Amino acid sequence: MDRLLFGDNQFFGVNHMSEEKARAQQMKFTDTSAIMAVIDAAYDNGISSFMCTTHDRVAEICEIARSDSDRYRDLTFLPCMPYAHKYANAVTEQGMLGALKQFTPDSGILDAAIRGSTSLARKDIDGLVTLLIDSEMKMFNGLHTPVIWLQNVVTDLMLGLGFDHALRLFADHVRDKYGAEPGFITMNLPMLVDRLERLGVDNPLVCANINKIGFRMSGGMEAYRKALEQHRFRTVAMSVFASGAIPPDEAIEWICGQPGIEAIVFGASSRSNIVSTRSLVEKYWTSAAAE
Amino acid sequence: MIRVGLVGLGKMGISHQAVLGGNPGVELAGICDSNSYLLGVLHKYTGVATFSRLDDMLDSAKIDALVIATPSRLHAPMVRAAIDRGVHIFCEKPFCLSTKDGQELAAAAAKKDLITQVGYHNRFVGTFLEVKRLLASNAIGDVTHVLAEAYGPVVLRPSGDTWRSKGLEGGGCLYDYAAHPINLVNWYLGEPRGAGGTVLNRVFSAEIDDEVSSTLYFDRGTTAQLSVSWSDESVRKMTTRLTLWGTQGRIFADRQECHVYLRDGSPMRSHAPGQYRVGWNTKYTTELTQPVDFYLRGEEYTAELDHFVTRCEKGEVDGENSFASAVVTDRTLETMIVDSRHAAMTPYDKTTPVDVQAESARPATHRVGRTRRIRQIANRLIRR
Repeated sequence: MDRLLFGDNQFFGVNHMSEEKARAQQMKFTDTSAIMAVIDAAYDNGISSFMCTTHDRVAEICEIARSDSDRYRDLTFLPCMPYAHKYANAVTEQGMLGALKQFTPDSGILDAAIRGSTSLARKDIDGLVTLLIDSEMKMFNGLHTPVIWLQNVVTDLMLGLGFDHALRLFADHVRDKYGAEPGFITMNLPMLVDRLERLGVDNPLVCANINKIGFRMSGGMEAYRKALEQHRFRTVAMSVFASGAIPPDEAIEWICGQPGIEAIVFGASSRSNIVSTRSLVEKYWTSAAAE
Repeated sequence: MIRVGLVGLGKMGISHQAVLGGNPGVELAGICDSNSYLLGVLHKYTGVATFSRLDDMLDSAKIDALVIATPSRLHAPMVRAAIDRGVHIFCEKPFCLSTKDGQELAAAAAKKDLITQVGYHNRFVGTFLEVKRLLASNAIGDVTHVLAEAYGPVVLRPSGDTWRSKGLEGGGCLYDYAAHPINLVNWYLGEPRGAGGTVLNRVFSAEIDDEVSSTLYFDRGTTAQLSVSWSDESVRKMTTRLTLWGTQGRIFADRQECHVYLRDGSPMRSHAPGQYRVGWNTKYTTELTQPVDFYLRGEEYTAELDHFVTRCEKGEVDGENSFASAVVTDRTLETMIVDSRHAAMTPYDKTTPVDVQAESARPATHRVGRTRRIRQIANRLIRR
């Protein structure tokens, strides 16, 4: 995997520090061409892994990548699913079952369940979950997706509920059907890696906030350090700048000094930010840290 | 270790279940909902005991505490059932749809020394806590005016048939959305003296309100203006924002940042690094938020349940968001409903006098009220 992965929060009004900044960014990226210009800048600077949500707008980016396959030959997509707000809003509006119906419109699976004639009626979730994964993956048809991530809101929900089967199911389906590595985004890394180990999910990719000030590192810095040192999983660090609370130089120097970090995902809204992050990583990432 | 039962498996209920699952001090003794499919799935895959009737769970699950996350209409009877059995209660917001119910239940729970809490999670958000701290230190002097806002994308088209779209179920923007900023205003300013100019407006819904605007009046002329809509697609998720003006400065806060302007006379002003200085100051959630042991959707959801669980373990009857404090918000909401029925408005038509002089537009109240001024003069005379 590349050391630097390009994230997409900045494009869709996600900023963990400021709603005002988030809105300003949303305005800046109203046109998909503005998003594409930044992705192009990253791509032309050798950052070719795009870690993206399954947002409707990402479908447009996928379309561009497909239509100019020569230019984007090396561009890989690392989808993060599901785009949770889509589901959360639907649940608020239509209730839990109504929402499921909306997202599996042609399957008739829910009606069948209510009639009691399918695996759903036996409370078997495998069919439904794989159907939802497949529907989220449709937009990436024909594109290279070497890693498929489960968003932290779902990973951590399943973790808290003790719904281990769903984590296992996601890993298996992603490997079997898409030949991709399963990845889990989480805000609770120490708890998650213990659970995945117990479930026998082998050497999983885990993406979590890892930053010098311990922002959103639930379980505490010490538990993270221990987990990283034991190195039973492949780590992608996110929020290394803690949403801007840590100066870039200091943030990158620190993260590059941590054990077992395989990659960093970062967001940037301009070519100059991309270039400066890349050069900081080149400066601080010694071969020892990357091993 | 406390044994907790959970009733209501909607968005908040499921979220609470996961957060409780991440708390090593909690044993989830049972979950209860009317949706048997959901119960079946959760039982099959997590092994949790399930109940389709609350009474059955209360009778047989041996719980110390109950978390209620059902539609608002069901809060009062469920809280009553829990009180009858001497169980501590965490109830989602709004507390009760009737102040009378709320007052009775708060009194009944207090009589039994039960721990009570309502899910106004904003009181556990770092930035809003900081505002509380600033006001307690009189940072912006006398608060003269507050703008309390909440916007989000819940009802964006004329459809929807969940309980949130039914007035009788306690749905509507007032109870679902406006309750949050109003609860913060109650936290900062206390009980209002009244409400005026309340409009509960429909945008897309057939039965219920999608927009709320109102003025709340407080002692000494302080007012709070409310502007709330859950039919705003431009925001990605619900945003609650408070702006407070005072004689010594101004504060703006949402869940992520806190901007504070201090005037030269503010008692909080300082030259020390990291402290508030005269002029603009910005503090972010990264600095103001206390870490939690398990995170889902926001630190505040864990923090509020941790607070409740700790109170249950220690038997602390006093705590944040007690039933009694939530009744103040329920009552504020009801006052606004009553006010909205007056539909008072000064007409802009032929009946409006056209000879009102601009200079007669005198403010209704004074910062230093008349009684206070008389007292000041009296004190001065006594000192002489």
